Amino acid sequence: MAELTNRERLHIPRQAMPAQDPLARRANFDEVALGFTPELAQQEAERCLQCAKPHCVEGCPVEVLIPEFILALREGDIEGAVRAMKEKNNLPAICGRVCPQETQCEAVCVLAKKGEPVAIGRLERFVGDYELEHHVCPLERAAPTGKRVAVVGCGPAGLTCAADLGRLGHDVTIFESLHKPGGVLVYGIPEFRLPKSVVNGEIDYAAECLGIKVHPDAVIGRLYTIDELLNEQGFDAIFLGTGAGLPTFMRIPGINYNGVLSANEFLTRVNLMKGYLFPEYDTPVKVGKRVAVVGAGNVAMDSARCSLRLQALHAQETSEEMGEVHIVYRRSRVEVPARAEEVHHAEEEGVIFDFLTNPVEIYGDEHGNVCGIRCICMELGEPDESGRRRPIPIKGSEFDIDMDMVIMALGTRPNPLVFNEAGGLERTKWGTAVADQETGRTTKPQVWAGGDVVTGAATVISAMGAGKRAAADIDRFLRGEINPWAT
Amino acid sequence: MYKILHKETLGDVTKLLVIAAPEVTRKAQAGQFVIVRIDEHGERIPLTIADYDREAGTITLIFQEVGKTTMHLGTLEPGDELATFTGPLGHPTEIEDYGTVIFVGGGVGIAPTYPIARALKEAGNTVISIIGARTHELLFWEDKMRAVSDELIVCTDDGSYGRKALVTEPLKELLEQRDGEIARVWAIGPAIMMKFCAKTTKPFGVKTIVSLNTIMIDGTGMCGGCRVQLTDGAKFVCVDGPEFDAHQVDWDLLMARQRFYLEEEKQAVEQWRHQCRLEVASG
Repeated sequence: MAELTNRERLHIPRQAMPAQDPLARRANFDEVALGFTPELAQQEAERCLQCAKPHCVEGCPVEVLIPEFILALREGDIEGAVRAMKEKNNLPAICGRVCPQETQCEAVCVLAKKGEPVAIGRLERFVGDYELEHHVCPLERAAPTGKRVAVVGCGPAGLTCAADLGRLGHDVTIFESLHKPGGVLVYGIPEFRLPKSVVNGEIDYAAECLGIKVHPDAVIGRLYTIDELLNEQGFDAIFLGTGAGLPTFMRIPGINYNGVLSANEFLTRVNLMKGYLFPEYDTPVKVGKRVAVVGAGNVAMDSARCSLRLQALHAQETSEEMGEVHIVYRRSRVEVPARAEEVHHAEEEGVIFDFLTNPVEIYGDEHGNVCGIRCICMELGEPDESGRRRPIPIKGSEFDIDMDMVIMALGTRPNPLVFNEAGGLERTKWGTAVADQETGRTTKPQVWAGGDVVTGAATVISAMGAGKRAAADIDRFLRGEINPWAT
Repeated sequence: MYKILHKETLGDVTKLLVIAAPEVTRKAQAGQFVIVRIDEHGERIPLTIADYDREAGTITLIFQEVGKTTMHLGTLEPGDELATFTGPLGHPTEIEDYGTVIFVGGGVGIAPTYPIARALKEAGNTVISIIGARTHELLFWEDKMRAVSDELIVCTDDGSYGRKALVTEPLKELLEQRDGEIARVWAIGPAIMMKFCAKTTKPFGVKTIVSLNTIMIDGTGMCGGCRVQLTDGAKFVCVDGPEFDAHQVDWDLLMARQRFYLEEEKQAVEQWRHQCRLEVASG
């Protein structure tokens, strides 16, 4: 193909992502977005202007070599694209699916000023999937250093940190409290958004290439404490990537009725335990006829869309009518924190959005099962400390709705278990670990932390970025170049 | 994977398994629990530790076959392996010399009672134990409980063994006879039994501790499915418990929450029985 001019590139439209039909997909748990074909990927790659000073790289928490990998794609050199990608990102098939590209790399793409940005996320996924299938660029391990690192938590932060340390030749063991590695990628994010075969494929591949050991069923704070890992088990450094796993419940009457669940519980039943396949799998999950999901983040969208699918599968089996799934959110559409694509998909599938609405009480029947909620209408006032306009209840606007399931998706806090017998490891009043943003160093010698355990609930990619920065600092420490805690 | 080393049949539906789990055993203490999952299709269920042997690196579990998972667990034999065995979870029992304490163990609740009673006996307490069940067939470990108790009362609801009484009757008599002497009561068993033990001890003002067994997935505070309402707020059984002050527990809510998946449990049991019949039929 002849080289295009920039003018010609600007005329190529952003390529749409092939996806399952909304009505078909809401009755299955298969992946919604189907991925680019090689032709679509090539066409999209042609849109990139190869800026001399690429803003997209600055917009990425792990600084993926975006122009380089896109250029390779454009030239039909997919293996080159894989190599460029894996310079910085160990888990591209995951990031391509779950990163909020519209607020990161794509937000600052020069094309976004006048039209639509390059679909960097979709291209990343294309490259990641190719590598997952063909294994053309195995991660390479430097000569063993003889240093041992314990990574606590096998989610995005821990996995990234472990992979980077493994590449640098350190001997890494990941301690995971659940029975499967992946953290929020396996218990939280549903199959239809991030297939578990992709997660397992990425983790197994990285672990195998780098000799990383994964110890499942290991609740640090109980099975071993941080002090035991350092003093008895002989680890030279520890990285805490335990995430923000504790659910938040509203302080309103009726919160303990049956059918009021945390999004964590609901999603864990559905995703990790495969409750949607009950009784083939042993863990049951209830299907509400009328479901209210409180909150509007990604976790809320995932809960709502899982509920829809359970309803649709149940309707198919019983020939009963589909129920309803509502997102109940106290602010307006503009403030919705979920990824744009998830909100779009949820609406397409039939989720009903009740904006400027906040539950004030949950009603139960004589058996202790939830049967409805009382809500109050809200209006937006002045911006609060988060910069978003503060929701204020409108007096006398209360109303009741029938609901037989209420899922609380109001954000999560770090789990305090890991801080048991970890002398000197300080926490903030929000329960997050005190750690340096740039290096991940905590207040306890030889211990680093990163991801949601430091920031509170945030994104997969920001956790990966923190894991990466900590790995670099841990490496310098293990090589004796620095000792941040020396007095 | 975690290997089953030994199995005992304590009754028609009561089984004992000894599981090799050296890492868990080095930290296990009386009052704590583990989460068990049989295989890839299995659910995660909490089981309170009935005993542990630090030298052998083993944990003993006792369970009644009441649902699909426990029925399946009951068919496993030495040499078989469990996919998941996570622990030790929850807070251990606070072991001190309280003076004279009473233990009430009901049905399968006798199992977790034993290591706590043993630890308190070793700590210098005078231990009075009451063990009971619906019928003789469901009783076990009378000898072991006797060995760690200064006094042991055995009763059955139907009178088929020991005294014909609910466990609350001897409990009440002891509190009356030794008014002011009893420092603390532990009651571990079915929710309904614990509820009535709490009712029995309340007028005497004796601090009563119960060990709750609720629906749970991760056992680390993540799901919140195990939450229980106390007079001073909601708590998670997995990380705040499993032991709580019995006089603070909202028992009716607790029992309603335990029944939430009853329909699904029935369905799973039916399917399990059907599958077992097919296996028997096909020889």
